[in-house]
Amino acid sequence: MSSGSISTPKPTQTAEDRFAVATQWQLTWWRFRKHKLAVASGIIVIAFYVIVVLADFLAYADPHATDSKRSHIPPQDIHFFDNGVFKPYVYGLTQKRDLRTFKLSYQPSLDRKVYLAFYTEGYSYNFLGLFPSNKHLVGLVDARPEDGIFILGTDLVGRDLWSRIMVATRISLTIGLAGVTVSLFLGILLGGMSAVYGGIVDTVIQRVIEILRSMPTIPLWMGLAAALPNSWSVIQVYFAITIIISFLGWTDLARVVRGKFLALRSEDFVTAAELAGASQYRIIFTHMLPSFLSHIIAATSLALPAMIISETSLSFLGLGLRPPAISWGILLQDAQNIETLALAPWLLTAAVPVILVILAFNFLGDGLRDAADPYG
Amino acid sequence: MLAYIARRAVLAILTMAAISVFAFIIIQLPPGDFVDAYIANLSASGSSVSMEEAKSLRALYGLDQPIYVQYMKWMSRVLVGDFGESMEWHRPVAEVIGDRLWLTIVLSLSALLLTWGIALPIGIYSAVRQYSALDYLFTSISFIGLAVPNFLLALVIMYFSFVLFGANVGGLFSSEFDLAPWSVAKVWDLVKHLPLPAVILALAGTAQLIRIMRANLLDELRKPYVVTARAKGMPEARVIWKYPVRAALNPFASTIAYLFPYLVSGSIIISLVLSLPTVGPLLLKALIAQDMFLAGTIVLLLGVMTVIGTFISDLVLMWVDPRIRFQMD
Amino acid sequence: MPQTPMVDHPDHEAGRSPSATSPLLSVRGLKTYFKLDEGIVRAVDGVSFDLFAGRTLGIVGESGCGKSISARSILGIVDRPGKIEGGEIWLQQESEDSPAIDLLQLPHEGAEMRAIRGKEIALVFQEPMASFSHYYTIGNQIMEAILLHSTASDAAARARAIELLGMVGVPNPERRVDEYPFQLSGGLRQRVMMAMALACDPRILIADEPTTALDVTTQAQVLNLLQRIQKERGLSVILITHDMGVVAEMADDVVVMYLGRAVEKGPVDEIFHDPKHPYTQALLRSIPSIMAKPRTKLATIEGSIPHPFARPSGCPFHPRCPDAIKGLCDVTEPPTHALRPDRAVSCFLYGDAS
Ligand SMILES: Nc1ncnc2c1ncn2[C@@H]1O[C@H](COP(=O)(O)OP(=O)(O)OP(=O)(O)O)[C@@H](O)[C@H]1O
Ligand code: SF4
Ligand SMILES: [Mg+2]
Repeated sequence: MSSGSISTPKPTQTAEDRFAVATQWQLTWWRFRKHKLAVASGIIVIAFYVIVVLADFLAYADPHATDSKRSHIPPQDIHFFDNGVFKPYVYGLTQKRDLRTFKLSYQPSLDRKVYLAFYTEGYSYNFLGLFPSNKHLVGLVDARPEDGIFILGTDLVGRDLWSRIMVATRISLTIGLAGVTVSLFLGILLGGMSAVYGGIVDTVIQRVIEILRSMPTIPLWMGLAAALPNSWSVIQVYFAITIIISFLGWTDLARVVRGKFLALRSEDFVTAAELAGASQYRIIFTHMLPSFLSHIIAATSLALPAMIISETSLSFLGLGLRPPAISWGILLQDAQNIETLALAPWLLTAAVPVILVILAFNFLGDGLRDAADPYG
Repeated sequence: MLAYIARRAVLAILTMAAISVFAFIIIQLPPGDFVDAYIANLSASGSSVSMEEAKSLRALYGLDQPIYVQYMKWMSRVLVGDFGESMEWHRPVAEVIGDRLWLTIVLSLSALLLTWGIALPIGIYSAVRQYSALDYLFTSISFIGLAVPNFLLALVIMYFSFVLFGANVGGLFSSEFDLAPWSVAKVWDLVKHLPLPAVILALAGTAQLIRIMRANLLDELRKPYVVTARAKGMPEARVIWKYPVRAALNPFASTIAYLFPYLVSGSIIISLVLSLPTVGPLLLKALIAQDMFLAGTIVLLLGVMTVIGTFISDLVLMWVDPRIRFQMD
Repeated sequence: MPQTPMVDHPDHEAGRSPSATSPLLSVRGLKTYFKLDEGIVRAVDGVSFDLFAGRTLGIVGESGCGKSISARSILGIVDRPGKIEGGEIWLQQESEDSPAIDLLQLPHEGAEMRAIRGKEIALVFQEPMASFSHYYTIGNQIMEAILLHSTASDAAARARAIELLGMVGVPNPERRVDEYPFQLSGGLRQRVMMAMALACDPRILIADEPTTALDVTTQAQVLNLLQRIQKERGLSVILITHDMGVVAEMADDVVVMYLGRAVEKGPVDEIFHDPKHPYTQALLRSIPSIMAKPRTKLATIEGSIPHPFARPSGCPFHPRCPDAIKGLCDVTEPPTHALRPDRAVSCFLYGDAS
């Protein structure tokens, strides 16, 4: 409410005792719960991070394994009921030779059913990078070597798209998270310094932010990313890309932090703490930080999609992560040219998780922001 | 007012300086200096360079001197319009870039105008008719616009136009005009090709701006001066157009400052998908081939272009906001 | 008992009135509610009062009791989600013979209602800063009011604007007319606001806390100006304030509001010397606050205002009332009891119920 002529009286103890005793966190949570869309988005976000943890378990085929005979197999139907009984199966594949190109390929053969099993063994991987395992959510029983599940089809070199999307989710979402962490660190540090010291420090930091914001980001990123040596390992590139995308991403967070710092500093409890002789740092860390943590969380969840888009764009251009790393951008790179796309349109399904996750983060962030600050 | 312009101008110059440093860093980043790359490039194509030649080249570009001297040398050449030579094309960088820079500007500007043209009326409508069916519709569309990165949108549109019409919608010119010199017919051809990429480029920005305009206007609608205007007996529609819309336009005008860099960025990436003859594909190729003078120059020019755009938007803002006009001096 | 029965209901239809002259403006049982997700805020809940020609009616009450919303309701400019849910607002027409009209029967957005806004009834606001748009000169905003209600030419409207500015004591009106609101001081802005309100020679001026945002000296100047203009033009004024000192100085009649109701009404002297309602008595005890900082709330009253969604049962004042009668005040709403035609109070301590 911005109109000063309308002043709502403060709720009194008698009004709603529940509100009177609620902590800041509880209040925020109650307000958040009312945004149905935000809550649903929160659940989607959590689901995606579950995929991050269980990526290999949810995949059923080695995402790196190529097979020239499985090139561009379209998505395959899964039949759930066999003669009225729940018994999922797919059709087996048989080898065929294309009479014009003389290439060998697999074609579904409708006369042979291959049944699915749950919690089966498949390719080996390290769960969380630590525990060796070969368990997977689904697999085939009594299958021939050429049989397979292709929920979303395969790419040019015969890799299974579903399995690749699962593993790509892990990279794309963690790189977003890592990028936002670095941005957050820079944002809190520089935004906080800007607010606490004021004066020349503030001016310099604010000008730097303005300068960074008025630069076209993609060309800069491209330039920086292209300079990463080819010899670098996947991990090195991963961290380098994280730093490159956070390099321009911290400015928004710094602004939020600075604004909230300044707003809070003028509030009573900080003055009170100052009077009580608390040191500046104590004031900052015990009083101010918790009270605007909710704002930071909201700003973070709004910054995440930007990070994810950045990584996806860079990898899509071939300047971000490089194969054998798998990310959404890398998957979409395969769909870059129109001829491939016309042949194998299912490659575009890699766009679905991108859009879903960005939407979910946006709604979640909006809901969190409203909940943290219903009047701001 | 003068103080305001001066401050903005200083900031613009500082930004350009920062961008030039970035561009220089990008040129310097690949391992080895550019003469090494040049030699490698030449030997790949069969010819070779003598040690003498290499040395004189190094001296010419000041590669034997400290880094800041190299920067100053590079800058002093850039300032007179000498951007160096493209290794891949064996031609001056300026020549290689040619029309592509202008086409980038044209594309980004048309997207900007489009963004405004769409976002303004929809934003106003959504605020005035808050929670109406159309408001919900626009809000949902703008969320999707926000969530779909524009290169994905470009991909999807490409795919569908290919499947449905069998036509490749890429490019900014029909093939017969591709290499033709400029003429009225070629400009007209450009005008016909421009809308699709401009719309794709504008979509995400439009979505953002609709949300900004709606939120601003909702804020303004609650302000006391609106009540004042109503209390005078003004018809509601005139109240809204004269006062809150006018006030909400201001932050809207200032969005140009970050919208423009954003659109320039976006134009790079959708140009690749739609194979538009802007600097985008050229930059990517240059970066991959480590044709660093070309890449650095493109980054520099794009940066300078956005800074100028931002500066102009600051002037526009000053022109529309009496508070800036009257309070600064 | 949802609605306070009106004992002193003047019967307009029959053309009778409680005092010698009929009131210029008569508000009857006005109700304006805000329907929010959290519940209904009864901002104005059955308020009645009369404004007589040439007099000043003071409306007092703590912050949030519905004073501003009452004023806006009279002009039919309540913001969404606020809505006038009931009542009558009778305005005596210019010529004595034509019957009074009920403003609530006119369509809110109709031409008739718009012709009344600004022309018949003008409003001066609490916050002179926020009440102007910063994108137009003050001249533009004053001229707009003139041009809306007359056929004057632009030049004539401008001349009139300059004249008005001079009249309200703005120095250099020829120059000031082309300035923007942010170039003026707070006191000057409030004067300009007044000039704008007077632009069309209204019969009624509603001043909603015209001095709250000003410092003490400027407050006095603005109030003097208001008094002077009222005398010169025979204006009828509704002066909204939560400052009893201002009421004592300016008003002829007083309405005391509490939580959207008028709890006591009467001539200013009587209200001050013989307050009936316990709330009025409490307000008067808090009077020394006029010497304190401007914007000081009437905080000296025991207890605090209830949350707008949680209106107490029975008499809305009972949780804070020192004289509350257990079993009655917290259960039943007190009716409005007319002590005399121009004096009324809603409290169980008076009338038959006690
Ligand atoms: N837009 C709105 N939405 C919800 N409630 C509102 C709105 N405007 C006013 N109210 C409620 O209406 C009640 C009366 O408000 P009003 O502005 O009339 O008070 P007031 O007596 O003028 O107070 P003040 O002295 O602070 O100006 C308040 O309780 C407020 O909560
Ligand atoms: S009715 Fe009862 S509670 Fe209300 S003011 Fe009178 S005595 Fe107090
Ligand atoms: Mg008020």
